[in-house]
Amino acid sequence: MTAYTDKIREIARRLLKDCKVETVIGFRKGTVPMMNEPCFITRADAADELVWDGNCGINLANYLTDRKEKIAVFAKGCDSRNIVNHIVENKIDRDQLYIVGVPCKGMIDKRRIRGMAPGEITEVAEDGDAVRVKGRDFEESYDRKDVLQSNCAVCVHRNPVVYDELVADEVTEQTDVDRFADIAEIEAMSPEEKRAYFEELLAPCIRCYACRNACPLCYCPTCFVDESQPQWVGKSQNPTDVWTFHFLRAYHCAGRCTDCGACERACPVGINMRLLTKKLNKDAFEKWGWEAGLTLEQRPPLDTYRPNDPEEFIK
Amino acid sequence: MKCIKIDKKQWAGGLETAASTYRLFGPVKSGEVYEFAALAPGREPDMAVQNTRTSPRSVVYPQAEVMFEYTTDENDPDAHVMKEPETDEKPRAAIGIRPCDAYSFVLVRRNFDSAEHQDVYWLRNYEETTFIGQACHNPCSTCFCTTAGCGPFHEAGLDVLLADAGDHYVARVLTDKGETFMKAAGWDAGIDCPDQEWEGWKTAAQEKIVSEVATDRLANIDTLALHDAGFWDDAAFSCINCGTCTYLCPTCWCFDIQDENKGRKGIRYRCWDSCMFPLFTLHGSGHNPRGDKTQRVRQRFMHKLKYYVDRYENGIQCVGCGRCVQHCPVNIDIRNVCNLMNSFGEAESCSVA
Ligand code: SF4
Ligand code: SF4
Ligand code: SF4
Ligand code: SF4
Repeated sequence: MTAYTDKIREIARRLLKDCKVETVIGFRKGTVPMMNEPCFITRADAADELVWDGNCGINLANYLTDRKEKIAVFAKGCDSRNIVNHIVENKIDRDQLYIVGVPCKGMIDKRRIRGMAPGEITEVAEDGDAVRVKGRDFEESYDRKDVLQSNCAVCVHRNPVVYDELVADEVTEQTDVDRFADIAEIEAMSPEEKRAYFEELLAPCIRCYACRNACPLCYCPTCFVDESQPQWVGKSQNPTDVWTFHFLRAYHCAGRCTDCGACERACPVGINMRLLTKKLNKDAFEKWGWEAGLTLEQRPPLDTYRPNDPEEFIK
Repeated sequence: MKCIKIDKKQWAGGLETAASTYRLFGPVKSGEVYEFAALAPGREPDMAVQNTRTSPRSVVYPQAEVMFEYTTDENDPDAHVMKEPETDEKPRAAIGIRPCDAYSFVLVRRNFDSAEHQDVYWLRNYEETTFIGQACHNPCSTCFCTTAGCGPFHEAGLDVLLADAGDHYVARVLTDKGETFMKAAGWDAGIDCPDQEWEGWKTAAQEKIVSEVATDRLANIDTLALHDAGFWDDAAFSCINCGTCTYLCPTCWCFDIQDENKGRKGIRYRCWDSCMFPLFTLHGSGHNPRGDKTQRVRQRFMHKLKYYVDRYENGIQCVGCGRCVQHCPVNIDIRNVCNLMNSFGEAESCSVA
């Protein structure tokens, strides 16, 4: 995927030189292994700062919210779906964007690699299907497919769904994946087991809100956890308050989440809070055949009302 | 200087003995990360981890701490009395704390224990804590302690410093508090301090530090000019304003105060807050003086690397542990920002008179 870098620079340079856009949003090389930094450039001669590899897991749709200028943005499959969400939810105009689609082969899971390596990692290089990892006194090579972010491993929309230009030919979509296996496992638990499971899952949470803030869906001017009049949630480490934050946030993402994995990737203590949003993705898929962000033509199920809705409570 | 040899075979037993007098804290694995937390009875601290994900800040300054309890129930003899929560707890000991983390308490103390203000909660906890440090023979690649005012064998803020010597630890006992702890653990094999060997370990460790920051010009740069510098928008662009950097940092100290009540009973507690959150500065009027993310990012760095430097004239408010460098979800790197700030206004070309 690193071969994309040259093409990305060329596109950014052209767009800025021809004044097609005012700003280009992409990634620049990070200062620590397996991290790239989202960045914006406004001059054609800065295009060489841009890079692309398996460490571009942050969702760039998050950086479009409330911007006013004409923007070019590099978008993986999931980013493009979140851009669709933004457009459908009137957060940004389609005309304001020049979307450069990046067919994706999955992002690297920095945590999984850190867990597998025998010591501190100082260098990571991608080489086709291999990911080579170096530390002070070791060198390892992993199969790329074994070290993908868990959402990427089961992603079926790797190609951007909306774009003005692609950086490369489309990739083959995965078809033989069981997307909701992890959710089915939890669904099979008894209520007591579920409670214990979520209790343990969320116990390490330090309420830094990186999961919320990394998510392009969480653009409310004031999040309910930050409201103080009335205050809906306490601010201590009380588990009920922690759960309230997570469960409510998940519901706010129902029918909107693209399972981009940005939230999980951002969490400093390694919590897979995606299990909550994924359950709702599964429900939306099973009940209404809905997957978020695939089309500009249809309103999401949870912001649509039909007079013939079968549910009693809504009539 | 007093030194004690602790055979590793006596390590677990010593801690168990000390646990009858102290509440022990140390590095332990929780889920997939290491935190610095209270050690359950019989649980040994994992001395092999480098820097724990969450810092030992919470040993002295928990993320949420009850200040007092109250009731407005007139039938209760304590109605309208603000009572400190009862505690019969033993003094604390932080086992295996790294020298940078121990030094962070020295930095933070300047704020919580000044001529004008003494924070009773922080000071009470700090004073009852004994810091049993562990030198870093193998620092991480993101550690920049040696240019942030401390180092892998730094002693300030510690009561005892242990160095790993294979089958045993060499303990340098630095304070009376440290000596009391060693006695409570039953470690009493006094030895002549192996000063020469120690210096060798220290030099070897320092040589393994590969990260650094430049801070020499910070104090003399004009504050307002730095505040208005052109680089902030670029430096802040990727920031998502989460609390990761400030909550993992051992030297961040900001807090919020909250009341929670049920019926007529309630508690007042304080909990960590973060300059990265918009709510941190939101006024009752609705105005927010740091309403933009760039302003908040700038605040974090200006506070650590300029205001603190000017106010205390004792270096930066960062010990170089590298936690924020490693765990910022979008790779905002304080080493880069510090260097940008430090070189602000530097002549870009040579002028030959
Ligand atoms: S909830 Fe998580 S996975 Fe879903 S869109 Fe937001 S960041 Fe992406
Ligand atoms: S990012 Fe992780 S620690 Fe932070 S609020 Fe979310 S789940 Fe909690
Ligand atoms: S600098 Fe990084 S860790 Fe700190 S608030 Fe910004 S995104 Fe979060
Ligand atoms: S600012 Fe970063 S490197 Fe410095 S002490 Fe805090 S977490 Fe460690």
